Amino acid sequence: MNTTVVRAENLGKTYGDFRALKGISFSIDAGDCFGFLGHNGAGKTTTMRMMYGMSTVEEGGLWLFDESFRLTPPSIKARLGVVSQEDNLDDDLNVIENLEVYGIIYGLTRAESRVRGKDLLVFMGLEDKENSSIESLSGGLKRRLVIARALINHPDIVILDEPTTGLDPQARHLVWQKLRSLKAEGVTLIMTTHYMEEAVQLCDSLVVMHEGSILAKGSPQYLIATYVRPYAIEVHLPLSQVPEGLADKVTAEGGEVIRVLDSLFLYADDGEKLWNSLEGWGVPKYACLLRPSNLEDVFLKLTGMGEDA
Amino acid sequence: MAAIRIFARHMAVFRKIWFTNIMFNFIEPLLYLTAMGYGLGTFVQDMEGMTYLQYIAPGMVASSAMFAASFECTYGSFIRLHYQKTFQAMLAGPVTVRDIVAGDIMYATFKSMVFGLVILTVISGLGQVQSWWALFIPLFLVIPGLTFSLLAICYTGITANIDNFNYYITLFLTPAYLFSGVFFPINSMPGWVEVVAWINPIFHSVEVCRAMALGNINPGLLVHAGVLALFAMVLMPLAVRLMTKRLIV
Repeated sequence: MNTTVVRAENLGKTYGDFRALKGISFSIDAGDCFGFLGHNGAGKTTTMRMMYGMSTVEEGGLWLFDESFRLTPPSIKARLGVVSQEDNLDDDLNVIENLEVYGIIYGLTRAESRVRGKDLLVFMGLEDKENSSIESLSGGLKRRLVIARALINHPDIVILDEPTTGLDPQARHLVWQKLRSLKAEGVTLIMTTHYMEEAVQLCDSLVVMHEGSILAKGSPQYLIATYVRPYAIEVHLPLSQVPEGLADKVTAEGGEVIRVLDSLFLYADDGEKLWNSLEGWGVPKYACLLRPSNLEDVFLKLTGMGEDA
Repeated sequence: MAAIRIFARHMAVFRKIWFTNIMFNFIEPLLYLTAMGYGLGTFVQDMEGMTYLQYIAPGMVASSAMFAASFECTYGSFIRLHYQKTFQAMLAGPVTVRDIVAGDIMYATFKSMVFGLVILTVISGLGQVQSWWALFIPLFLVIPGLTFSLLAICYTGITANIDNFNYYITLFLTPAYLFSGVFFPINSMPGWVEVVAWINPIFHSVEVCRAMALGNINPGLLVHAGVLALFAMVLMPLAVRLMTKRLIV
């Protein structure tokens, strides 16, 4: 039996005459990793900020732990951990002091807070940085410290706004690994990302957002199975060199074609068959790539970022 | 009272920086004291029955307390709000904007007391304090400390650019300081200046500090303290409102 920990109904937000969020509804189950996928400006951060009390709920409703509010009250914030988009660590304090002071804000004593802080440094692989200054940390280490800080109150829900933006691949994998162990402990994770790979790696369930609306929801596998054909062929040729009438030929074979900037993406139920037809149609294979469809294809299709060709 | 936890954060920082912070800050009042007290003072015969140095010394205590509170809640708060995003980080925790404002003004008031105390120690060392009542000055400084930190944080709430603090200092703090009765009695000025002085917070603070340093305790001091407390009470909700506008969108 899953309990719903977050629920939104027709949640909207307007800044001046810009409608940032156009009435979205979703619900998040306890213990899940739930993702908000979308470009910058899709409304992901606005939604997150309403959850953790940096933005007011003015249209529609938002419930956390079955309590609705206009501005998240401290009693609810006490049960959340927040990893904001920017690294707002305290530059005036060193690594362990950052955790210690943050714990005090949650009402822990200095001693308790220090013990928890040290445990979290070990958990995040930062134990040798205990007394380092914030300035001396790399982007990846800062990110890990922000995550450690968000865990100081043993939260039921951790909200992560683009947790790995700007990190190198190795640092990103390390963060993912830590998030998976949190999830294994039963913590609900709510994250925004514009990395499809991140969403696939971590999320049980996600929503695709675009211009303030939710375009689709479900598990990554469900979305791929529902919105795109199983195979994709990327054609990386200057459009001027693409043989005339290729799109029609693909469509005639039962496939689909979209154009993404200078490339063509062909989708088919039988990738092998389409692949074998390409050469005959005058498309050199060296410029093509056959692969299983992924979340990126779903995203391109749903957001209309790829144009029909 | 979650504000005390915000204050705890600021104190954690203060414990690291107090020495350099105090060293830097007591030089300026000391310079004024020497230049004015010993320099200008030689040409001044008698100030309401005191030497010039005696006259201005308590004003230095009041004014350094004012500057300490003002700087903390202008530059300090602005940096926490816009550059370090300390406010935003704390606000994700179980606190409200009101707690954050209260924590900041508690810290600024604390610093204001500390700096006042440092100057008080200096002027006592120079033999410019006549009464044991002066021991209550640091306690009194809580009231103007709150007033000045609230004024400053309100200005921080409306300003979008750190350079705008120049205006706060040159157009408000400096004139308020110069015409506060630190350097000359306000009643030597045209009548309207005397009237304006009543809405000048530093005037009230100087009056009380001087009376305590001289042991000249009278019921009028309660009026001065009351005016300052009234300012603080009016400014608190305004400060919370302005900061809410900055933090919650």
